[in-house]
Amino acid sequence: MSNTSPEPDSALQELARDPGSRKEFLRKMGGGVAATSAFGLFLAACGGDDDSTSGAGTTTQTDTAMKEESGDLAIVNYALTLEYLETAFYADVAASGLFKGAELEMIKMIGEQEQAHVAALEGTAKNLGTPAAKPQTKFPLDSAESVLGLAATVENLGAAAYLGQAAKIESKEILAAALAIHTVEARHAAALNQLTGKSFVPDGAFAVPASMDEVLAAVKPFIVS
Amino acid sequence: MHQNKLAADTLAAVEIAGLTRSSFILKGALVAGSVYGATAVGPFVKTALAQSGGGDVEILNFALTLEYLEAEFYKKGAGLGLSGEVMKVAREIGANEQEHVEALTSTINDLGGTPATKPTFMFPVTNQKTFLELAQTLEDTGVSAYNGAAPGIESMEVLSAAGSIVQIEARHAARIRMINGVAVAPVAFDEALEKAAVLKAVMPLIKA
Repeated sequence: MSNTSPEPDSALQELARDPGSRKEFLRKMGGGVAATSAFGLFLAACGGDDDSTSGAGTTTQTDTAMKEESGDLAIVNYALTLEYLETAFYADVAASGLFKGAELEMIKMIGEQEQAHVAALEGTAKNLGTPAAKPQTKFPLDSAESVLGLAATVENLGAAAYLGQAAKIESKEILAAALAIHTVEARHAAALNQLTGKSFVPDGAFAVPASMDEVLAAVKPFIVS
Repeated sequence: MHQNKLAADTLAAVEIAGLTRSSFILKGALVAGSVYGATAVGPFVKTALAQSGGGDVEILNFALTLEYLEAEFYKKGAGLGLSGEVMKVAREIGANEQEHVEALTSTINDLGGTPATKPTFMFPVTNQKTFLELAQTLEDTGVSAYNGAAPGIESMEVLSAAGSIVQIEARHAARIRMINGVAVAPVAFDEALEKAAVLKAVMPLIKA
């Protein structure tokens, strides 16, 4: 199965090997092109995600444009966009006819949980400001095997994404909510890894976080606009 | 000894972006060191870190006790005639829990705290079925315990480390649940348990 990894898998592997590629990604996506799409929100958050800043950050083109969206709202909108993506993915998969029986039930259950995450995050974003727009998505749905592989990739990425943000969340309430979602993503990831012949604990005893830039680069192929 | 990091090596390897509270304190300590002489740095840093982590040490010791419990529990699987698959999973999870024990112990030491001693446990498991049932309870409880305690953690490093560990507990829970044939994620939001509720759940397993 590892020989037939779908494209996003290899994109992730590439990222894992080359931490410099996130900077490349930011360069490519910088400026007005990104600001018109859902990625503008992502990038705004990325601006405050750089390694050495203490939160105040240096002024760049992207974070100046998105000055008002920072801190917890940026993180919540980042999570919301990922959950939108996951929800759309499972809806497409459920409708694809590739799965039946127990597997279809599991896909629907996971999809419903992602939908619940969307609702919670959207409500939280509304309390803080303006929720991120729902992105238009497109996923390769070629075979049951490749779809499960992609699902595993997405869930592992989701878990790593939440872990990467946890310590940056200011509000204790939002942190508690993020943690409650984080471990559910981890449960999904472990189950899908197991189903696709991968380790349920691929990082060993300590889960490795992913930065916003890494996650955004990895999901980029699935976002149409 | 020169104290240059908070967490155990494995935890320190986890990348944490941003200038954290304790690394800020650490910088202050190093500046003080340059004024008062290098020999003064060690104790100063240790004190500074301990001050930043008073409440954190208590939380970490709570987590350590749960990890002791889990690590010990999986060792009990050896004599129960588990199937090959279950034995393999039990060994892998048990090894993860042991790593958590070691990482938490060194983090508590680094913060200037005293690691909790390992209690004596008693597990009412006699066969694979009861072993897997208790495993599921322990892992789900572990997830809820970390999720309940984490918002109270002050240090960003300790919070990141706790997050790194709780994700693994959730993965363990899902793997055990798959073997047990029940939903891997019973709810869309994992419950957060307060310390008292966790202690109540695990007390029957603690002999002394």
